[in-house]
Amino acid sequence: MDASKPLPDTACKLSAADLNFYYGSFQALKGISMEIFANQVTAFIGPSGCGKSTFLRTLNRMNETIRGSLAEGKILLDGVNILEQEVAYVRRRVGMVFQRSNPFPKSIFDNIAYGPRINGTVPNRAALREKVEQSLHRAALWDEVKDKLNQSAYGLSGGQQQRLCIARALAVDPEVLLLDEPCSALDPIATAKIEDLIFQLKDSCTIVIVTHNMQQAARVADHTGFFLLGRLIEFDSTAVIFKNPAKKETEDYVTGRFG
Amino acid sequence: MRHFIEELEQLKTKLLEMSAIVESSIQRSISAVTQKDRSAAEEVFRTEGRINAIEIEIDEFAINLLALQQPMAADLRLIVAALKINTDLERMGDLAVSIAERALSLMEGPIITPMIDIPHIAGLVQSMVRKSLDAFVHRDADLARSVLASDDAVDSLRTACYHELTSFMEKAPSNIQQALNLMVVIRNLERIADHSTNVAEDVLFLVKGIDVRHHAEARPSAVG
Repeated sequence: MDASKPLPDTACKLSAADLNFYYGSFQALKGISMEIFANQVTAFIGPSGCGKSTFLRTLNRMNETIRGSLAEGKILLDGVNILEQEVAYVRRRVGMVFQRSNPFPKSIFDNIAYGPRINGTVPNRAALREKVEQSLHRAALWDEVKDKLNQSAYGLSGGQQQRLCIARALAVDPEVLLLDEPCSALDPIATAKIEDLIFQLKDSCTIVIVTHNMQQAARVADHTGFFLLGRLIEFDSTAVIFKNPAKKETEDYVTGRFG
Repeated sequence: MRHFIEELEQLKTKLLEMSAIVESSIQRSISAVTQKDRSAAEEVFRTEGRINAIEIEIDEFAINLLALQQPMAADLRLIVAALKINTDLERMGDLAVSIAERALSLMEGPIITPMIDIPHIAGLVQSMVRKSLDAFVHRDADLARSVLASDDAVDSLRTACYHELTSFMEKAPSNIQQALNLMVVIRNLERIADHSTNVAEDVLFLVKGIDVRHHAEARPSAVG
């Protein structure tokens, strides 16, 4: 990859332009501008409180559920500002999976079927079954749950529950999938399965992941952004960020000399 | 974190110990040729085992750091550079042994040519080795680049020496054995210069994060 032009020529799927974000009087994001490329994995790293999760949550307007929050600037999905669009429409296109798996207190089948049902995206029961099976396949969970689709999702292991949540997000065919520390509660085997899944999913999705685990960012991401105190300090190909970052703050963070 | 930084310092210290021994070996091998110093040659042979042992020790140490500390950025580049420099130093030690072996053969008769070119080329080569290692110690990219520039001068001198020795061989078959020994000495000195060039390239990678091998700076994939 060219050092002077490290980012690819693939289409920009999602971008932020001079984005500020406030929780009341506290400014959590300061002038963030960046481009997230289609069918690539983009990771955000940085110390706690740096704004990386806040930024992730602005990408499908999840932060708006917090009273007194305010976003300024633009977030463009395929060139259109999502801050001016209907929020349910934005979240159908930009799905999210959280740090702790949060299956509904329903059967495995009904967890996956929930989105297609309320969105009315499947015409009949057969199509719904097909969508559930396809989503579980995409989340690499089908073989483990195909014989117990009607059992409670709570009976699954932590790693399986997290893949169930990914399958549930995939069931409405999002174009972008946001992952907020998806492996932080998982063991190394379950983590490896999620990372394999991320590689498979980027063929059909644009993926943005927040992680505290730098090795995970190094393993899965094509591009990495380093956040500090609400600012995007550096954004480049993952190899550059971990081999030869341009900014001293990034160097200090990735080598563990921070603070 | 502090423990890791101390281990990186230990890695550098071990590499400097290795480089000091290799530099002495090169110096002694040259003295063996130019001064007909038999004891210097024998010291080179004795040191070879020590160099090989430190090479293995440094490799193990560096691989453990990679596996256990998962270094990033400048730390990662330091460990990768140390592994490569370690290999180059060990090869320089082998070449010094080869020069010392030829020195013993050359001691058996009167020399066919005045010892002018070999000390000259040896001085240049030793200067390159010294500068490349100083560049590593001080993370000095400019000094490393000066080593790269010297390599062509060594190559030219080697070619000139080859021509001269070839003409000696053409004049009298009795010169052939000694001229061949001198050619091997010159060839090995030139190879030591090549290895010091490798060290200088590794220093540039360490300091600047750039790959200058095989004109890689001109390639679009030089970094990342």
